[in-house]
Amino acid sequence: MTTFDLNGRTVSAQSPDDTPLLWVIRDELGLTGTKFGCGIGFCGACTVHVEGRATRSCVTPLGAVKGAKITTIEGLDPQGKHPLQTLWLDLNVPQCGYCQSGQIMQAATLLKDFPNPTDQDIDAVMAGSVCRCMTYVRIRKAIKLAAAKIRGEAHE
Amino acid sequence: MATGEWQTKWNRVLTATRGAVWKKRPKTPRFLIGILVALFLPGVGFFVLAWRPAIAPISRPTGGGFPVDLVAKGEALSATGHCAACHTQPGGKPFAGGYPLHTSFGIIYGDNITPDPQTGIGAWSLEAFTRAMREGVARDGSHLFPAFPYYAFTKLSDDDVKALYAYLMTRPAVHDTVPGDTLRFPFKVRALQEGWKILFFRSGRFQPNSSKSGEWNRGAYLANALSDCSGCHTPRNALGAEESRHPYGGSLVEGWIAPALTDASPSPVPWTQQELFTYLRTGVTPLHGATGSTMAFVIRGALALPVVPDSDIRAIALYFSEMDDANARANDIEGVTRQALATSDLGSGQGNDADAELYASACMSCHYNREPAPLAARPELALNSALTLPKPTNFIQVVLNGVSNTETDDNTEGAAGLVMPAYKSSLSDAEVARLAAYLRRTRTKLPPWNDLEKTVAVVRREGPAYH
Repeated sequence: MTTFDLNGRTVSAQSPDDTPLLWVIRDELGLTGTKFGCGIGFCGACTVHVEGRATRSCVTPLGAVKGAKITTIEGLDPQGKHPLQTLWLDLNVPQCGYCQSGQIMQAATLLKDFPNPTDQDIDAVMAGSVCRCMTYVRIRKAIKLAAAKIRGEAHE
Repeated sequence: MATGEWQTKWNRVLTATRGAVWKKRPKTPRFLIGILVALFLPGVGFFVLAWRPAIAPISRPTGGGFPVDLVAKGEALSATGHCAACHTQPGGKPFAGGYPLHTSFGIIYGDNITPDPQTGIGAWSLEAFTRAMREGVARDGSHLFPAFPYYAFTKLSDDDVKALYAYLMTRPAVHDTVPGDTLRFPFKVRALQEGWKILFFRSGRFQPNSSKSGEWNRGAYLANALSDCSGCHTPRNALGAEESRHPYGGSLVEGWIAPALTDASPSPVPWTQQELFTYLRTGVTPLHGATGSTMAFVIRGALALPVVPDSDIRAIALYFSEMDDANARANDIEGVTRQALATSDLGSGQGNDADAELYASACMSCHYNREPAPLAARPELALNSALTLPKPTNFIQVVLNGVSNTETDDNTEGAAGLVMPAYKSSLSDAEVARLAAYLRRTRTKLPPWNDLEKTVAVVRREGPAYH
């Protein structure tokens, strides 16, 4: 039995230690906002936060996160109003939407590390988050505007 | 001659010789007896030499018999000496043993050193404990394997041995038998350790170097007598003894390379006292990366504990920073870091390099850094010894196995809370090899690694037993 913190709640998972965290979150714990894309850590659809850091949950075994703080898209903001989420809505970023929770979770870590991200920063950190509908241009714009919003709020 | 003549002649010869022999008593030549004795006696002599008396068991000492400050001192020493690292199994009770140490002779399990009288050391007097620490002999007189570094502990002061005894005897007793070692014959014959000791072991206290500062000497004492850094960081010969001509020259431990701590250190940035202090206290520095494998417990479960005073860690850091000759290269740090950061975004963006694509898709989102400095939560690969070591072992191990954040007993690897996924189910041997070659080529200026794909296959198969 593995205990960890999920979006602020202590949960216990019965799955074996080598179960990918993705399946524990989706199947055992019922949070389906995190998506399966490739299962090998190469598309970013499964991205969650482990201790606030974007991590591919499809290749992270349950045993590796004992006692850790896990955040999924559902828990990024209590009201779903993280600046990235509001900008995503404002700019109509998603097309089919499948990759977008992973995109947002990855972008959240990007903004924490690089509060004023350049195109190079975005290229590098978002390189592993792929979108079949090719909404990249809108993603990039939303990231930059969200960064400005966060910086603007910090100065208030 | 005619046949009849031969027979007659032969009969005469036989009669002459046999008759002569039969007339005297049969007697084995003296020299034969002499040879047998000469062969037999040293064998017996060896086992006589190897014999040690058992020390009488005592009834388990009561906790109240030890002064509080002696126990506290022992607690700090036990942390610096990371006793729990080998004497506690993953998820097990502290000091109750069972940790499997993979050696080239087989698996040796750390003993139960809780004060349980039957399965631990509860019946050991201070004399028995001291003999074990200084000479590698158990209470019952059997020799201990040098997986237990008595050859280091022999250098401890009497006061420190007493303090450690006081601490261990006041821990909760755990009644638990440890699995049997899986050593092959003849290595499992404990008496033969006498031979090992004759060849390789010299008992004796630590000798300070009067030309060095007090802090340096404290660091030297802790490193060599207590923490036994050499036990993992010095290469071993075929009989498992440290190669005295290459102290701290690096070694392979549980399938990972424990790097050289001398100026042959593979780290692009030198290990200054400050860098090493931060690393030993937290397990991570932005200019070197994060700890992993067995070193993770040595830091997180031991050296990083608050009970170990900062001054002791600073002393150990000073000792090794001098060994690394770090100060001579301290002025280079900024230049090296800048060069490393310049390579950090290589591979991102549209390009035709399939190996770069591999890296960008699977790794770059976490490992990318840019000016002014690498972030602790973003291990900068161009500054990481995994890429600059002569062999790709550590790189392969970490890519296949990832880095975990197991909470039990503070056994977190890497940086606190930082998790790296495991790619063993995602990447083929060829793909890991391509990643290794790509990073070695683009993030370092060192010659390429050879036989990468084959090495990945072997590391994958052997894991901690990789050798």
